[in-house]
Amino acid sequence: MRFIMKTDYYQDIQLFKYRSTFFWYLALVIGCLLIPLVLDEYLLSQLTFICMYGIAAVGLMLLTGYTGQVSMGHAAFFAIGSYTSAILTSKGVPFLLALPAAGFLAAAVGMLIGRPILHLTGLYLAIATMGFAFIIDEILVRWESLTNGNMGFYVDPPAIGPFIFDTEVRYYYLTLVILILTLFAARNILRSPTGRAMIAIRDSEVAAEAMGIDLAKFKTMAFAVSAFFAGIAGSLYAHKLFFINPESYTIILSIELLAMIIIGGLGSLHGAVFGAAFFIFLPQIIVMTKEYMPSYLQDQTGLESALFGLLIVLVMLFEPMGIYGRWLKTKFYFEMFPLYKKDSFRREKKYQKAERH
Amino acid sequence: MEVVNEILQTVLSGISIGCVYGLVALGFVLIFKATEVINFAQGELLMLGAFISYSLITQLHFPYWAALLVTVIVMGLLGMLLERSVLRSLVGEPVYAIVIVTIGMSFFFRSIVSMVPGWGTDTYGFRTPFTEKFVRTGEFVISWEYLAIILMTTGLILGLFAFFRYTRVGTAMRATSQNQLAAVYMGISVTRVFSLSWTIAAMLGGIGGILLSPITFVHMNMGFIGLKAFPAAVLGGFGSLPGAIVGGLIIGITESLAGFYLPEGWKDIAAWIILIGVLILRPQGLFGIQEKKKV
Amino acid sequence: MSFFKADNISISFGGLQALKEVSFEIQQGEIFSIIGPNGAGKTTIFNCINRFYDLDEGTFSLQDQDISKIKTHQVAEMGIARTFQNIELFKNTTVLDNLILGRHCGRRSNIFTETVFSRSVQKQELESRMKAEEVIDFLSLEAYREQRVVNLPYGVQKTVELGRALAMDPRLLLLDEPSSGLNVEETEDLMFWMSDIKAELGITILLVEHNMRFVQQASDRVLALDFGETITQGNPRDVLNHPEVMKAYLGEEDVLTQS
Repeated sequence: MRFIMKTDYYQDIQLFKYRSTFFWYLALVIGCLLIPLVLDEYLLSQLTFICMYGIAAVGLMLLTGYTGQVSMGHAAFFAIGSYTSAILTSKGVPFLLALPAAGFLAAAVGMLIGRPILHLTGLYLAIATMGFAFIIDEILVRWESLTNGNMGFYVDPPAIGPFIFDTEVRYYYLTLVILILTLFAARNILRSPTGRAMIAIRDSEVAAEAMGIDLAKFKTMAFAVSAFFAGIAGSLYAHKLFFINPESYTIILSIELLAMIIIGGLGSLHGAVFGAAFFIFLPQIIVMTKEYMPSYLQDQTGLESALFGLLIVLVMLFEPMGIYGRWLKTKFYFEMFPLYKKDSFRREKKYQKAERH
Repeated sequence: MEVVNEILQTVLSGISIGCVYGLVALGFVLIFKATEVINFAQGELLMLGAFISYSLITQLHFPYWAALLVTVIVMGLLGMLLERSVLRSLVGEPVYAIVIVTIGMSFFFRSIVSMVPGWGTDTYGFRTPFTEKFVRTGEFVISWEYLAIILMTTGLILGLFAFFRYTRVGTAMRATSQNQLAAVYMGISVTRVFSLSWTIAAMLGGIGGILLSPITFVHMNMGFIGLKAFPAAVLGGFGSLPGAIVGGLIIGITESLAGFYLPEGWKDIAAWIILIGVLILRPQGLFGIQEKKKV
Repeated sequence: MSFFKADNISISFGGLQALKEVSFEIQQGEIFSIIGPNGAGKTTIFNCINRFYDLDEGTFSLQDQDISKIKTHQVAEMGIARTFQNIELFKNTTVLDNLILGRHCGRRSNIFTETVFSRSVQKQELESRMKAEEVIDFLSLEAYREQRVVNLPYGVQKTVELGRALAMDPRLLLLDEPSSGLNVEETEDLMFWMSDIKAELGITILLVEHNMRFVQQASDRVLALDFGETITQGNPRDVLNHPEVMKAYLGEEDVLTQS
């Protein structure tokens, strides 16, 4: 266990609590930058997807994990980002403008959606967001003059000036940089008044209001910010796939994003990235373990989904706090070694209905 | 007359689909009231019921009513098994953890069904005693399929209502849904109530499956109907059993009318628009109670 | 000029009249208590001031400014801070974060400057941190700075809630049963803090209490309510010995003074 002798208030608000944390993260970033030297193209593209979903997951985490507003319709913002970016770049707008435009348009829609449903809580809110997602999905399909509907839309590879991101390696660096920026931005928001207000809304709306937090303003803001990041991620997604159509942005994607942040560890930015990694790697692992299965099972196409579902169930049974939760517990174990007490994380199980809210 | 017949058929089909939505929503709300779990796999329970009855009828040549009975029993056992194996260990954990587990279960069931020999990814249909039978009164023609669904659902709801109102077990379940700790103190076995809720909800899902099969046919993506049942439950006010049925009916009728009279694409989102509209005006749903935290 | 005035306030919920034509005035810098049996409407008054409920009739005014119609979150901007009967802290965050949240009203940054954590945001954060430290110093919460509220003992949680209210730099402090659930030592501490708040910080305090000794020792004036109506107002000794007040608490026969 380490204790810091604080001599300056600045130490309380800086990004990293311990010097060593900074160096670990620096090492991680350097590692990420050097990874293309060792990995093949396929795995590299998977990492790119992790970065993309990670960005969207960070957005959703801010909304659901930190502000407590469940959104089951985030695929819609993802889709809006994709289509905005695709349509703008096809009309000659440079990528450097199209990317933020995708984010801002998604944010604007987020604000539009967030505003009328402010008074809803829990499941009602989730279902309302689901409804909005379905409506937006349908709009994308029907507005054929703009989006080509179900026929799909061809997207150009992104370019900054003369530099075109048309190889795996280049695209990986692009998404990696944007992920790092996203995490940095999110972290900044969380250590500022807005972030604290969001957490306050999650923990006690009544007290938050009594403290002067305008619920309407901050909930809408949370929606907008999370939609912004989802839109950015969507834009990156579109430019990677070269071809998009509304079928890629279904309710399943929304549910997957939600599952991502919960399995990763609700209430932490690490959780967003861990969750994205889990969701991308898991199918790979399943494919690899398929080779060890009897041939009868191997042929089944549904096996991956089945194992996927099963593994999600098992992970949550084993660790309801998510991957980051397990990470923290492991770190704690080593920090306290050999004085670790077995019941350090024993959760007081709450049975009474009133208590749980 | 043609027009009236048309409207009649449309509304009727809407009501009957609405009944199925209502049944699924009922299963939802039941589990939620008793255990506070939001069961994302309810639609898949409907699908499983449909597949089981399909196999019984077409492959094992059971008569319809026997198949119905066996399916209900099997689904009930499945519900009990699910509760005991998976959900019991999650009692007391935060809500979102349990939601993810049910989501995982829904993925699992959907995929397992595609792997079972004889089921797979195809679409199947089967004959019921009501297939291609019509009631003709004067100028009106009504399909027996729809009528059967409506009648059976009504009977089911009345039975459930009587169960909750007049039996000891039913009252125990209602008590548990209000305050679990108090129920324990009163000697009610809360774990048994949980078990029973899941059993009944699974049975309801199964019955929904059999009823729905003649109309939408049996296929592994039937579970997405479950997604429609969500807004039905929410529309009625989550936590209100009659609300779930009313919600289901509203959604069913809206969809049916929209599908018939509005251009392509409106059918799918009509229900959602109505739902969002209602929620904006009445955040607790039609029959729900506004629970504002008292400080 | 009275500092805070409640003028003929009435509110009913469904058929139940929770408050009926209650009026009182508070002078600046004084400690004013509201007492009454359970269900008398004391917390309802607080909830009305905080604008969780709309008054049916009557007004509240703070230094002659009508605050009966403002939005809930504007109450804090007016300088009114509150603690709750059942602690409403942000349980999953640290004590420090809870206190710094009290500084929310003075926020001058917007989402864009915060995303980049600009110099002005940093400066604002440091100011909030310093102010929170003053409150910690005042209430001796140093040991609990970095701990999550959910892990703290009840008495400390109550203190943190008081601290959070103080961090708001309020003009008027509303305390809802601050001594409930506290042991003798903690109640003594609370009494010292209350007099410190009055003497050093000059904050006016409106108090709802059940602990009569606390009311007697700490308050300057008292209002007694029963079933939403005023029984009497005045200095503590007079009010507490008023026959109607005793009847409300103890019932018809005054067993204690029966001779």
